[in-house]
Amino acid sequence: MSAITPDLIAEHGLSPDEYQTVLDILGREPNITELGVFSVMWSEHCSYKSSRIWLKTLPTEGPQVIQGPGENAGVVDIGDGQAVVFKIESHNHPSFIEPYQGAATGVGGIMRDVFTMGARPIANLNALRFGDPAHPKTRHLVGGVVAGIGGYGNCMGVPTVGGEVNFHPAYNGNCLVNAMTVGLATTDKIFYSKASGIGNPVVYVGSKTGRDGIHGATMASAEFSEEAEAKRPTVQVGDPFTEKLLLEACLELMATDAIVSIQDMGAAGLTSSSVEMADKGGVGIRLHLDRVPMREDGMTPYELMLSESQERMLMVLKPGREDEARGIFEKWELDFAVIGEITDTGLLELTWAGEPEASIPVAPLVEASPVYERPWVPTEPPDAPAIASPDGPIAPALRRLMGSPDMASRRWIWEQYDYYIRGETLQVPGGDAAVVRVPDSNKALAMSVDCTPRYCLADPERGGMQAVAECWRNLVATGARPLALTNNMNFGNPEKPAIMGQFVGAIQGMRAAALALEFPVVSGNVSLYNETDGAAILPTPVIGGVGLLSDSTKMMSLAFKGDGRAVIALGGDGSTDLSESLYAREILGSESGPAPAVDLAQERAAGELVLALIEGGLIDACHDVSDGGIAAALAEMALAGDVGWRADPALQSEGASFYFNEAQGRYLVATADPGPVLERAQQAGIAAIRLGETGGNALHFGPNDAISLESLRGTHEAWLPDYMAG
Amino acid sequence: MKSAIILFPGTNREKDMADALRRAGGAEPAMVWHRETTLPPVDLIVAPGGFSYGDYLRCGAMAGNSPIMRAVAERAKAGVHVLGVCNGFQILTEVGLLPGALMRNAGLKFICKTTPLRIENSDTAFTHLCPPDRPMMTPVAHNEGAYVADPETLDRLEGEGRVVFRYADENGAVTEAANINGSQRNIAGVINDAGTVLGMMPHPENATAPHLAGVDGLPLFRSLVERLS
Repeated sequence: MSAITPDLIAEHGLSPDEYQTVLDILGREPNITELGVFSVMWSEHCSYKSSRIWLKTLPTEGPQVIQGPGENAGVVDIGDGQAVVFKIESHNHPSFIEPYQGAATGVGGIMRDVFTMGARPIANLNALRFGDPAHPKTRHLVGGVVAGIGGYGNCMGVPTVGGEVNFHPAYNGNCLVNAMTVGLATTDKIFYSKASGIGNPVVYVGSKTGRDGIHGATMASAEFSEEAEAKRPTVQVGDPFTEKLLLEACLELMATDAIVSIQDMGAAGLTSSSVEMADKGGVGIRLHLDRVPMREDGMTPYELMLSESQERMLMVLKPGREDEARGIFEKWELDFAVIGEITDTGLLELTWAGEPEASIPVAPLVEASPVYERPWVPTEPPDAPAIASPDGPIAPALRRLMGSPDMASRRWIWEQYDYYIRGETLQVPGGDAAVVRVPDSNKALAMSVDCTPRYCLADPERGGMQAVAECWRNLVATGARPLALTNNMNFGNPEKPAIMGQFVGAIQGMRAAALALEFPVVSGNVSLYNETDGAAILPTPVIGGVGLLSDSTKMMSLAFKGDGRAVIALGGDGSTDLSESLYAREILGSESGPAPAVDLAQERAAGELVLALIEGGLIDACHDVSDGGIAAALAEMALAGDVGWRADPALQSEGASFYFNEAQGRYLVATADPGPVLERAQQAGIAAIRLGETGGNALHFGPNDAISLESLRGTHEAWLPDYMAG
Repeated sequence: MKSAIILFPGTNREKDMADALRRAGGAEPAMVWHRETTLPPVDLIVAPGGFSYGDYLRCGAMAGNSPIMRAVAERAKAGVHVLGVCNGFQILTEVGLLPGALMRNAGLKFICKTTPLRIENSDTAFTHLCPPDRPMMTPVAHNEGAYVADPETLDRLEGEGRVVFRYADENGAVTEAANINGSQRNIAGVINDAGTVLGMMPHPENATAPHLAGVDGLPLFRSLVERLS
C-alpha cells in the first residue's frame, strides 16, 4: 500500500489544513482509497467550497417549485399533474482537451441528471464560448464540440433546439461548453437520491467501469497550463447508444414502484453517488467493490471509486425486487449488479472479496467538506464617457454587424443537431426561445440560454442581472410565462480576489433579477478555474430559463408575417449610450464603458405588457432587443419572415446611437392595428416608439440608406460556414 | 390499416412514426421488439429511424441480423408492405429487401433541415396521394444518407420507375446544389420491384402536422391507409 506522503496529498488537491481535517475525522491516517474519496468529495467541483455561501443567497422558492437546488435537477409544476425537470451543466475543461468527447459526455451527463429524476428528456440546449476566430485552435474546437453535442443528442433521440455561441479572445485557452436538458415527468413519479431502508440492496446498472475519467473532478478544480494536453486521459469517452438503453430501462423500471432512490454516476462516479445517497438518507452504505462490473482486469478499489466512466447509475431497490429490475436491464442488454446494501452504521464501507478496503463516516465526509469565504474585491464600474453617435448611414454598419462572429447565423451549427425528433418542436433554432410542445396536450414549454459576458466583465452585477432579464425576456417574447431558471457559473480562479469579486457581483445581480421577476433558481452548476497560464475567461454566468405556454396555439414568433404591419419598440429607459454594445466593439473597436443598466421594475412591466398583447392577439410578431440593438432585431425579424421594413419619416434622421444601443427591457412588436398596442403601452407606463412599417424586400433606414434582405442574408449566413471551411 | 413498428435497441423515432400513422387515420401501431420472431397480422411493417445498436458498425448491419428481421423478410416476400425510414432504410438495404447502400454524407456532417423532394413516382401504394407537381418539403436528419449503388442498378431503378424521391430545389429541379448528402443521382428513396417495400432517408413522419415542419408528409401515410385498409 502506498505511503501517504505530503506530495501525494498535494497531488490529490488537498491543502494541509484539509488533510488535518481528514485525520481528525478518521482518527488515523487514511489509506490511498480513502484519500482518493476525500480528494474528490472535497474538490471544488463536488463540494462547491468557494461558491456555496454565495449560491445560498439566490432565491429558490415559488409556488411552482417542486424541487429546488440540491438534487440532480430542478423540478417545476406545469399543471395537470405534470412537471418540467431541468438543469444546465458545464463540461469546459474536458471539451478544451478533447472537444468531441468532452462535449458529448457533457450532454450525456446532463441528460442523465434529468432522467434520474424520472423525467423523459424532451429538449437539449447549449451555451458555447470559443476563443478568437483567428486563434489556431478555435476552428478545431468549434467543429469538435458541435459534432460531439450532435453525436450524443442525436443518437439519444432528444432534439437539440436552442443555444447561444460567442467568440472572444478571453476564451482562447478555455472554451465553455454548457449543456442544458429539459425533461418531462409526472408529479407523483419524481425520483430522488435519498437512500433509505436498512438492508435494502444497492444496485449498479449501465456500462461497465473502466479507468477513464479518473480525477476528472479534480482536473475541473484547477487552472490549466500549457500541459493541458497531457490531461487527455482524464476525459471520459461517451457511448450515447448505451445511454439511450439506460434511459429506456430506467424509465421502464420507474414505471413500477421498485425503486427507493436513484443517483447517476457523474463527476467523481461511484464515490459521489454513493456518499450523496447515504448522506441524504442519514444512513450508511456498504459496497462490495469486487462485484462492480469492470471493463478490464486488475482495477483497484481506488480506481473503481474514482472512475468517471459514463452511462452508469446507482440505485437502492425495495427488498425482493432485484429480479424484476434485473429482467428489465437484461432486456436492454445492460449490466446489472447488486453491489452493496444500506446499513445503519453511518459509514461508507468498501470491501473487496470480503476484506475491508475503506471505512469513512459519511456525515463528516459531507459536512466537514470545506467551505470558504474567499476574499473578494468588488469590480469597479468603468468610469468612461458615454459613446456618442457616430455619423454615417445605418445599413453598412448593420451589414457588418450581422456578418460578425457574434451575430452571424448559427445555421452551420444547428443543422448538425436533430431538432425535429420526437415531433413536438414548435419553434426551431433561430428564434428568441425554442418552444417544444408537451405531448398530447395544448401546452408548450419555451426555453432559452443567455449571457452577455462583455457586460459581466464591465459590471458583474449588471451583467448577472441582465443575463436573468434577457432569458426571461426571450421566454416572454414567445408568449410563455417564465417559470424558473437554472444557472451555470463559469469563472476564473476563485482564489484571486478580483475573480471572486466577479462571482459575487454576478450572484448579487442574478439574485435581484430573480426576485424582481419571480424567476427562481431551481438548479445549477459552477465551473471555476477557467484560466490558462493566469489569464481568466470573461465572467460568464449563463442562465437557462423555462417558461410555460398554456395555449401553444397562441405562441408568438419573431418573423414578420406580412406587409403593412406597424413595427413598435416597447420598453427601455431612453438611454442611447453605445458603451459595451456589439456595435461599439465590432464597428468602433471599443470595449470600454459601463454595461447597460437594468431597470427590473420596467423589465417586469414591459414583459407583462407583451404577454398581455400576445394573449389578446394584438400583435403578430415579437422579438427581444439585445445584441446589436433595434437594428439587429429588425434585421432578424425581416430575415425570418422574408419581409422588409421602412423607417417612418420621423426616424429617418436617427443615427447609430438610436439603432444600435443595447438599452435593456425592450421588445419589437409588429401589428396590423397599432392603436390598441400604443394605448396599452401608455396605460402600462411603457415607452412605445413607432419605428416604421413592414413591406418590400429591404430594410430602409432613410434616403440612400437601405440594404436588401438578400444582401443581408448573404452576409449573415456566410460567416460561419466560410470560417469553418477555411 | 394495421401496422407494426419494429424497435431495435437504439431506435428513437418510433414516437414520431406512431404519431404520423395515427394522424393519417391508421390503427394504433403495434410496437414489436427486435428479439421477437413473429409479427402480428398487419398491413404495414415500419422500420423507423434511430441509431440501431449505436450504428457503431456499418449502419443497420447489426439490426439486419436481429431475429425479427427474418420475420419481416418473410412477410415482405409474401407481399406485405414495408416502409423503412432513415435507419430503417439502411436496415432494409442491409437485409437485401432494397438495393444499394447508404454511405457517410458527402459533407461528413450530420444534416438536419427541411428539404424539398421531387416525387418521381406517384403511382405507388406509398405515394398515390402525394401531389407530384410540387416538391414535398420533408425534414432530413442523418449522418449516413448518401445513396450508392452500381451504375447498372441505378439505371435499372430509374428505368423501372423505382426511384421514388430525389433531392431537389424549391422549384422541384434536381440539381447538384440540391443534393444535400452526395447521393448518387440525388436519390432519396427507392422501392422494390414489386412496389411493396419503400426505403427513404427523409422523415415524412416529421411533416404531418401544421405546427411541425408542415404537412407535406401526410399524403404518404394517407396513401398507405387508403390502399391498405
